[in-house]
Amino acid sequence: MSTTSTSATTASGSQERHGAELVFDSVSKRYAAKGRPAVDSLSLNIPAGETVMFVGPSGCGKTTSLKMINRLIEPTSGTITIDGEDIRSKDVDTLRRSIGYVIQGGSLFPHMSVRDNIAMVPRLLKWDKSRIDARVEELLEMVSLEPGRYADRYPRELSGGQQQRVGVARGLAADPPVVLMDEPFGAVDPITRQRLQDELLSIQRELGKTIVCVTHDIDEAIKLGDRILILQEGAQIAQYDTPENILAAPANEFVEDFVGAGSSLKALSLSRVDEVELQETTTARVGEDARAALARARSAGDRGVVILDDRHRPIAWPSLRELQYMDRIPATRDDRLPVVDRRATLNDALDEMLAASQDGIIVTGQRDDYRGIVRFEQVTAYVQEANRNAERAAMSRLSTQEQQRVDAEQPSGATVDADRERVEPDATAEDLR
Amino acid sequence: MSTEVLDTAPAPETGKRLSREQVILLVGLPLAVAAIFAVWFIWWRTADLDDIEARALTGEAIRAMLWEHIKLTLVGTAIVVATAIPMGIALTRPGLRRLSPLVVGFANMGQSAPVIGLLVLFAMWLGFGFWVAVLGLCLYAFLPVLRNTIVGLQQVDPTLIEAARGMGMSPLAVLTKVELPLAVPVIMSGVRTALVLLVGTASLATFINAGGLGGLITTGINLFRFPILVSGALLIALLALLIDWAGRVLEAFTRPKGV
Repeated sequence: MSTTSTSATTASGSQERHGAELVFDSVSKRYAAKGRPAVDSLSLNIPAGETVMFVGPSGCGKTTSLKMINRLIEPTSGTITIDGEDIRSKDVDTLRRSIGYVIQGGSLFPHMSVRDNIAMVPRLLKWDKSRIDARVEELLEMVSLEPGRYADRYPRELSGGQQQRVGVARGLAADPPVVLMDEPFGAVDPITRQRLQDELLSIQRELGKTIVCVTHDIDEAIKLGDRILILQEGAQIAQYDTPENILAAPANEFVEDFVGAGSSLKALSLSRVDEVELQETTTARVGEDARAALARARSAGDRGVVILDDRHRPIAWPSLRELQYMDRIPATRDDRLPVVDRRATLNDALDEMLAASQDGIIVTGQRDDYRGIVRFEQVTAYVQEANRNAERAAMSRLSTQEQQRVDAEQPSGATVDADRERVEPDATAEDLR
Repeated sequence: MSTEVLDTAPAPETGKRLSREQVILLVGLPLAVAAIFAVWFIWWRTADLDDIEARALTGEAIRAMLWEHIKLTLVGTAIVVATAIPMGIALTRPGLRRLSPLVVGFANMGQSAPVIGLLVLFAMWLGFGFWVAVLGLCLYAFLPVLRNTIVGLQQVDPTLIEAARGMGMSPLAVLTKVELPLAVPVIMSGVRTALVLLVGTASLATFINAGGLGGLITTGINLFRFPILVSGALLIALLALLIDWAGRVLEAFTRPKGV
């Protein structure tokens, strides 16, 4: 990533559009006249600019629900509106060009270069060439692929993670207010997946699109979602709430089973690296005098020195012993450098530390620039703290639920209203015991 | 995230589109054909031919027959391509998909019927001549192109088609920009098969007075003149190899980059 992204935005003369509100109003999909509907009267309100994760067991209708938004599947009944406008009021191709679509593995067209893949929708929208070129560069920068190096490659010349990045860039190409993602990171290895998720988070932080993302991975949902929609068979809403609330108060046994055990570890997926205090450590520039850096590190009591390139990005983290034998700081990039984005979860940070066998990890900011480090002890301390908090919260919840039980019956209300939790007092109270 | 750990990209290919084997075939084949032709040519210029042989093997006669043969092959291929590919496309569209086994079965019959029989039957029905021969040949070569068009379009990853539709491409755009380019390699191999089939079977056109190098073979057999027979067979074989080569070149250069 570099700073050219912002200048490209001005060059193409476009201000990124923010998300749009998406509303499902008793939407059903029936494949056969008889038998159970795949989606049964789903009503849902997705606020503008939020990321909503659809999760649930396979066959629960989550993908069907997603595909009804861009009309790859037509609902049998009910309406879906985007910013108040019925999606059936527009020509289907026009509608689809205004909705980003990102698919597992990227689904890039193998006979088209990266550039042509990304330029697909802008070309359908008849943008002029210079605008398309600027946009392609901007998007490649945004997904951390150097345009000069990758724009003219073909998909098979890319790794799985790179293909997926291009897939994300393609989905964002025409700057759609709504982006649909269908298991976007299902086809890549765990470490790459984690990085792609971090990138998506930082992109979303910049763009504020309305993202609807289907996944079967509850951890991914917790990490990426502003809200999570947990579906049961027939696209029945089991719970629709923020990840924090779902972890703290699963609405029923189904949700609890689905979220799974070990919720204090799951809470690590809820906490971002930038929520713990970043530690300072000695840094040095490429080409600097190594002995001076060594002296600085010794006096600060650090065990290593983080080496930064000219764009302030970390490239290596040698120990003091390694540094002893050097005159100048070398520009060699350590491919196994443990790095996470500051929006990454503590879970990811821990993963990376374990993978790199280091007791600390470098944290980077928006443009991969160095921000500080997080040490292993900080993570464990955080877990202990979170555990204590969770226990305390559970205790207080138990008492309020007892209170609710005493209160008169409350109308269960429409599940659409996400801000109001629908807690089933009996189930939760019992299971917490 | 500039560092990639497990997720390393394959090295970019430096514009290499052909394997070594293909290169050898593409360069070596015309050379071999040229060499054999040169040997025959020298023999033809220097051989001690009797009257009948000399009359059958004049340069003019051979050129005429060669041209007729090429014309039969190319016209036949052009007609097959112009009919079988659109039909294959039509038979993979949602509305007509169910008809495809029926049509392929029919085309199968066209191919399994012996060409010589087809040609003679058509000649009895429609008369002799070039166009009747072309009709018979086309029926024979129709199947490989049709089948490969259908198979080529069917093997396009359905998720790519759905992706294209989901991005807002019209069905026609999906066909021309995604499906056909990805099916081209398979379709072109069908076209090459058709070319090779046609160049061989065009030898039979002579039986219904439609010309071609087959004339040399029949003359050779009828008159018991080995030099004529062998010349005919050899020239047909060389032409077939050359046409096959042309088909391969076509295949290599129509294959979309990146596939």
